[in-house]
Amino acid sequence: MAEIIQEEKEGGKKKAKKHAPHIDMTPMVDLMCLLITFFMLTTAFSKAKIMEIVLPEKIKDKNVDPPKIAKYRTMNIILGPDNKIYWYPGMVSPEDYKNLPPLTETDFGPTGIRKLMLDRNRALFKKIDDFNNQVISGKIRISQDSVQGAIRQLKKDDDTGPIVLIKAYKKANYGNFVDILDEMNICGIARYTFVDIAWYEEKMVETAAGIPSAATTSTK
Amino acid sequence: MPKIKLPTKSPHIDMTPMVDLFSVVLTFLMLTTTMRQQEPAPVDTPASISEKPTPDFNMMTLLLSKDDKVFINFDNGPDTLLKFRPKILAEMGKRYNIEFTPSELREFEKYPSSIGVPILKMKEFLGTRDNKARTAFQTGVPIDSTDNQLALWVLFARQVNPNIQACIKGDSKTGFPIVKKVLDIMQDKNVNRFNLITSLEAVRINVEEIQK
Repeated sequence: MAEIIQEEKEGGKKKAKKHAPHIDMTPMVDLMCLLITFFMLTTAFSKAKIMEIVLPEKIKDKNVDPPKIAKYRTMNIILGPDNKIYWYPGMVSPEDYKNLPPLTETDFGPTGIRKLMLDRNRALFKKIDDFNNQVISGKIRISQDSVQGAIRQLKKDDDTGPIVLIKAYKKANYGNFVDILDEMNICGIARYTFVDIAWYEEKMVETAAGIPSAATTSTK
Repeated sequence: MPKIKLPTKSPHIDMTPMVDLFSVVLTFLMLTTTMRQQEPAPVDTPASISEKPTPDFNMMTLLLSKDDKVFINFDNGPDTLLKFRPKILAEMGKRYNIEFTPSELREFEKYPSSIGVPILKMKEFLGTRDNKARTAFQTGVPIDSTDNQLALWVLFARQVNPNIQACIKGDSKTGFPIVKKVLDIMQDKNVNRFNLITSLEAVRINVEEIQK
């Protein structure tokens, strides 16, 4: 009996050898699927981007005056609570805290701050846009690196656009801060910076937003 | 007598091309992957139009979480070539009279994500192997004016690596006072150039629309 079975087995083996060696790949495929899914989920596909900002140097020497800027070109943007933006043109000095100018309220939408900025910055924006179009259409042959440099030069030469001073009320958040800087980049504003909010400006925001100023301690 | 008639052809699908394709995809993913690092606090970065990629080295990242904690990271995790991380920690230890052993320095060098541990707890933190216990130590870098460890980290990082750039990674919901405080600390140390880490958002501005 045993011999017969052995023989049969041997015979079976020989028969199998004649067939093409089929390997069942299903488990391998399963495993690969798993691995691919794992890698796809863990991969950080797009690397995070960065946005540069240069803040004005702090003046530690009391005798050095901060740089003077033209009042008529100045625009003050204050980031308020609840994703609101308040702005006023020109400047306010601490002496007229009795009758502070009213703030205009706007928002981060395309009809809000962007329209406001573009209206004031149209000349420069047009220049940059024309330049970009010429580069894209091939009228100007220039390397990618020099494009940035040329745009920077255009911005440097500009003397009509607004000078934007960005300030943040204490209830604003970091997202607002990034958004407003982003908006400056979109609108091609040549001169903008971030400065500390003054106490009378905090007061102006509180009046405009209807926050009781008794609840807040203004830093004089 | 079989009741069910088997199909004459066995339903064998040749999986070889599929396996080939999978291998290619898998190899590609394995080679290109950069592991997403687990940050000590979940941070949802705001979006911007900037297309500049983050640098891989010469950077220190300040992570500002929603609950006003500050974490710091140098050179994006352990892949530093010039081994700045242990040097920075050693300098920090010198200031606080803490002697870090070589194995602790190596542990700090290898640590993959941001660190927000007060320096006095750092030895314990590096000695722990358990991940859960480690997260308990991550209470944020102290930034009070009485014990401003963030300023010291920044100072020593810049001493060890003069080319280091400051990056700020904040959550959109992070309150502004903490951002302001961190910016002030950095500016006190004469760091005026910041890189804000954002995620990309495509915005197309229609010029005609604006001309109206």
